[in-house]
Amino acid sequence: MNIKEKFVDFFKAHFKKAPKHKRVDIESEYVLETKELGITFGGLKAAQDVNLKIKKNEIYGLIGPNGAGKTTVFNLLTGVYQPTTGAFYLNGKDLTGLRQDKINQMGFARTFQNIRLFNNMTVVRNVMVGLSNQPEYKCSLFESIFRLPRHFKTEKAMRKRAKELLDIFGLLDERNNLACNLPYGKQRKLEIARALATNPKLLLLDEPAAGMNPNETEDLVNTIKYIRDNFDMTILLIEHDMKFVSGLCDRITVLNFGTVLTEGKTKEALNNPEVIKAYIGG
Amino acid sequence: MMKKVLSTFKSIKWKHYSVYLIIAVAVAILGYLSLSLDGKASRAFDTYRSLLGDMSIWIILAVSLSLVVGFLGELSLGHAGFMSVGAYLGAVITNVLIANLKIENTFVIIVVSVFVGGVSAAACGFIVGLPALRLKGDYLAIVTLAFGEIVRVIFKNANPNIFGGAGGLQLKNYFTIDRKYFFIIGFLFVILTIAVIQNTIRSKHGRAITAIRDNEIAAKATGINVTKYKLMGFVISAAFAGIAGVLMTLKDGTVLYSKFDYNYSIEILVIVVLGGMGINGSVIAAVFISLLNWKLTDMNGSLSDYKNLIYALILILLIIYRNAPALKGFREKYNFRTLWAMVFKPKHNPAKDKGDAVRWDVVPTKIEMNEVLSTDVVIDSTGDNSADIGERGGNK
Repeated sequence: MNIKEKFVDFFKAHFKKAPKHKRVDIESEYVLETKELGITFGGLKAAQDVNLKIKKNEIYGLIGPNGAGKTTVFNLLTGVYQPTTGAFYLNGKDLTGLRQDKINQMGFARTFQNIRLFNNMTVVRNVMVGLSNQPEYKCSLFESIFRLPRHFKTEKAMRKRAKELLDIFGLLDERNNLACNLPYGKQRKLEIARALATNPKLLLLDEPAAGMNPNETEDLVNTIKYIRDNFDMTILLIEHDMKFVSGLCDRITVLNFGTVLTEGKTKEALNNPEVIKAYIGG
Repeated sequence: MMKKVLSTFKSIKWKHYSVYLIIAVAVAILGYLSLSLDGKASRAFDTYRSLLGDMSIWIILAVSLSLVVGFLGELSLGHAGFMSVGAYLGAVITNVLIANLKIENTFVIIVVSVFVGGVSAAACGFIVGLPALRLKGDYLAIVTLAFGEIVRVIFKNANPNIFGGAGGLQLKNYFTIDRKYFFIIGFLFVILTIAVIQNTIRSKHGRAITAIRDNEIAAKATGINVTKYKLMGFVISAAFAGIAGVLMTLKDGTVLYSKFDYNYSIEILVIVVLGGMGINGSVIAAVFISLLNWKLTDMNGSLSDYKNLIYALILILLIIYRNAPALKGFREKYNFRTLWAMVFKPKHNPAKDKGDAVRWDVVPTKIEMNEVLSTDVVIDSTGDNSADIGERGGNK
């Protein structure tokens, strides 16, 4: 055995690469369909056999006690983590294992539990960043550097579209402020506006009502319904506020310890004794 | 026709072009002076010519590094490495042109060598950046630092017939650009650098780069290809460092590896840090530092040994000035932005450019909130509809 073979054997033994998921598209009537989606961190099964089926124009809730794996599922769906088992499909198209930005371009847009804005950029530029991947605003670096006509055309169009989006969320007057200077509720709205700018098919909201007062929550409920109706959007959201969930969601899935506890119509699922047990114990 | 020209003239944001205009006017005046003087006055002006030549190189370096450090938010300590790649390959191609192709036309030499130097430095930036940009912060700094040192050693030990070896590389026929013209050419390249980098930043590509600096996770989730835009910033920056190297070679007529050491990279970094965010700041800081350098070496070398000490002092004083609570009122009253507003008074009228999009405050929403909030959620057997169960968990 020569040295080269020894090396090869060593690397094969110690650096096993996980078998890559082979993407196969399926026929599906759902906007989002996950099949036995799961991830393990070492021995910890953070999410296991998560099956979601979300219809078009639905507001779907994902709830569960702390540490149930809700955000993990979001991270799986947006490509932050690669699932160890299972796959997920957008309109039947397999997106498992793609890079985060690719998944976003395919049609998933998300917001974060703790707000993640581009703090040192103005409000309107935050939205324009979201717009920059749209095919209608295509403009190469060469065209931008030499300031060819298309640069000005796309910049103007992007700014116009961004202003439209900001207008919907009532942020137009603050468009030239830095994003970090906005109040909390408006930062949330800006995050949603930025997510919508990427022209998604499914909008994933991670605790949109966290830290909001009742008035802001009410405003948010209206906003989400408005988005669903006017943007022809399907929405998947995580939330702890049960009033919010029961007033807004069509169907929900309850997670506990990484597994699906129950799913179904919001009221029925919430009144399920197992769910109550998971939340309150006993 | 006239109206159209006037309206375009009015629509130009002059604030964006102030740097070019100031540099162009200053260089036009100084260039005219430099060319029109003769005899004793011309010799007296010589020191200013070399100062201006140095200044142009410093500005190119500082502006190109500010793209990586200021806008991309990554710490690169290998800028001198990219510069040396440009300097050496520019020198090699100049030698080929002079010795093998018998071309001694200054214009041709400048164009070809700048092109070759810039492209080779950009290629180096690409090769280094592709693996290195997976790293962040200090780790990237270490990799770029190592790159700078490796390049230096490679040029020292490479084939002495081509790269000159330990003695440095001398251009054939003792070719240099005349000092009379050099700083004018240098400042033309300064304007090119500022134009390219500013246009990059003020485009959607630049916004993507800035977004990565502000929040990489959010940038990824917004569909930005982080690797691509990081590489883009890195490569553009490296290309202009290479061009600065070529200009330095053509100015001196010789290139020596030992110049492009760690301290040189740090010096460029000091300028960028001193200049703060943005390109204008880098330009001003580069002018200031090159003036300081020139003044220090002018004093018979007595103070130039303490150059790094003085840099450190300046940085410390600047940080104190920026952060001292006692100076807060002064800073707010006399900063650049308020002064600019005092002079130009931009009129901001939000009502004027409101589009005809859907307005949030007139959107009809048929949801009765009372209904929503009174929905019964039976959670507790006692019938107590407690509202929020679980934590709100806003700190994840």
